Amino acid sequence: MKSMVLISPFARSCVFLIALAALALLAGMQPALGIERFPPPDFSGHAVPETVVPAPQSRSAGWFDVAALAAGLAAAAWLSLRSRSRRGIVILSLVALAYFGFWRRGCVCAIGSVQNIALGIANPDYAVPLTVIAFFTLPLVVALIWGRAFCSGVCPHGAIQDLVLVKPVKVPGWLDEILRVVPWIHLMLGVLLAATGSLFIFCKFDPFVGIFRMAGPRWMLVTGVGLLALSMFVGRPYCRYLCPYGVLLGLASRFAKWRPTVTPDACTQCRLCENSCPFGALNVPMPAQQGQERIARGRRRIVLLALLVPLAALLFGWLGGKVGIASLPLHPDGRLAALVLMQERGVLPAPVPEELTAFRQLGADRQSVFLKAGALETRFFTLGCWLGAAFGLVIALKLGRIFFPESSVDYATDSGRCVSCTRCFSACPYELVRRGVPVSLPQEGGRHD
Amino acid sequence: MTDPSANRERRHPAEHSAVNEPHAPGRFPSGSPDSGLSLTRRELLKSGTRGLGLLGFGAATGFLAGRDRKADTLWQINPDRCIQCGRCATACVLEVSAVKCTHSHGMCGYCKLCTGYFEPEPINLDEGAENQLCPTGAIKREFIEDPYYEYSIINELCIGCGKCVKGCNMFGNGSLYLQINHDRCVNCNICAISLECPAQAFVQVPVGQPYLLRGKGTAGK
Repeated sequence: MKSMVLISPFARSCVFLIALAALALLAGMQPALGIERFPPPDFSGHAVPETVVPAPQSRSAGWFDVAALAAGLAAAAWLSLRSRSRRGIVILSLVALAYFGFWRRGCVCAIGSVQNIALGIANPDYAVPLTVIAFFTLPLVVALIWGRAFCSGVCPHGAIQDLVLVKPVKVPGWLDEILRVVPWIHLMLGVLLAATGSLFIFCKFDPFVGIFRMAGPRWMLVTGVGLLALSMFVGRPYCRYLCPYGVLLGLASRFAKWRPTVTPDACTQCRLCENSCPFGALNVPMPAQQGQERIARGRRRIVLLALLVPLAALLFGWLGGKVGIASLPLHPDGRLAALVLMQERGVLPAPVPEELTAFRQLGADRQSVFLKAGALETRFFTLGCWLGAAFGLVIALKLGRIFFPESSVDYATDSGRCVSCTRCFSACPYELVRRGVPVSLPQEGGRHD
Repeated sequence: MTDPSANRERRHPAEHSAVNEPHAPGRFPSGSPDSGLSLTRRELLKSGTRGLGLLGFGAATGFLAGRDRKADTLWQINPDRCIQCGRCATACVLEVSAVKCTHSHGMCGYCKLCTGYFEPEPINLDEGAENQLCPTGAIKREFIEDPYYEYSIINELCIGCGKCVKGCNMFGNGSLYLQINHDRCVNCNICAISLECPAQAFVQVPVGQPYLLRGKGTAGK
């Protein structure tokens, strides 16, 4: 040892200390727990300072956030349905981006709340914070009544993408359909990992939160900026192809009482709005078949779904179980059990993982680790199967809708996909008339002469 | 804006025939009674689902909100479980971690050779940067009386790497330990560091007692 050659009292004490510590470690003692190896001195003329810790910041922001959310939702619903104002939605987006995004730094967010709700339902010991419950429920309730008002200008994620959209490129229909499956996978995985208490992936892999905080790991900032650059040309890529909460909002919005309509009046199918939606959420008229043909089509549809639904549910349920078991090491207890097992079998990679160091240091109990991991594995498997089956159902219904599209008479916003951005409104000549812009109207249908 | 009427001619004939009928004089498709019936049925299903959905949300909210909840909690590190792996410095969502070192002076041995302050083999036992363990020089060392020195953490400089804590715990009294500083912590839903912590040392503590302090002479503010 180098310090041996130094003949100084400090070096000697150093050697002594190292030897002492080595002894302590060899004896398997707990080095951590504040053993007073060196008795604190008794000063005569010096006051020993107290431990000072910074006072916690006030936590009253939570209810203000809920109030802001409710106000934002009301404003968005009113702007998209009654006043039909794109400018209003843009202003609302800017405010929401500034407050929920940059001021609150993207934290408390409806997208992430899905995970808390999943964990809350799965784990009776976990009390979901009331503000988080409000952030989960309010946008969904609003979607059931007025469509996806939350997406239009309250969600900071939607707002940041919507505001940078300069030159929308149309995503080919087939690609759009395939990519729209991804949010479902994201949702199912997120619920699986949250409900088992492993990981909150919506938060961990959130692309924009790094931008809101102006900080974060490099990969997060790179994906955030990359996705933002993509949003300049592809409308709302996160909302359409990743957002797990958007899936739920879309589902709720299908049953909405009122939703934005392209025209404030009646559609005359002038086709002027046809390319006005940058998000692929505008449906062209699909005439309904009549009589015998319609009944036959309905029968074919039922047969297809009756075959597809159980098949897909079984297939994806089985797959979900596999994914569940494979995800076990993402839970701290599952990871520890896997590492202990690897060490016992001697297949552990060279530097011993900190998890094992901590496990040994804090008093190893092999039995309880494996017991915990075993119970966890069952939960992962069961939940994986159910979520997989639900995903299968979604796939089957999606296929059903591709083969048998819903009929519609007019150009209409898609009940699930429309994010109430109000862009299409200004493409409609009747909307322009409503706004007092002098245009000559199409004569089709003969109702507006 | 182009004249909308100019676009009328662009429609294809198939669409024309299919679409004209429903737009005949009446307000809504007057076609077959079948289509009228299906509209009602669809509407009924839709509003039924909507009602069920609203009820479901109400029930779920009640179920989750009515759960026995303790007071609100904040995240904190249990210093007795911490193994000073260093992940606190990097895993926090904040650019500079909310985790910082805390010093319980009442437990400190005031060692001249502090293994939390000095490199394992210091060139000199003085305040030279090359002798210090702390990468940011966040520990102040002051002579009190022979052979005692007082060490204090400069909070603004500390990055929560836990190097000093490791040194202190290995050879000293363990008076240096990591704590989440609640003036900076944003109290995420699930603390990002807690998910990375190999020792599962992160716990949720009541808002009224936000620190898990060690030893004598400690008082949380």
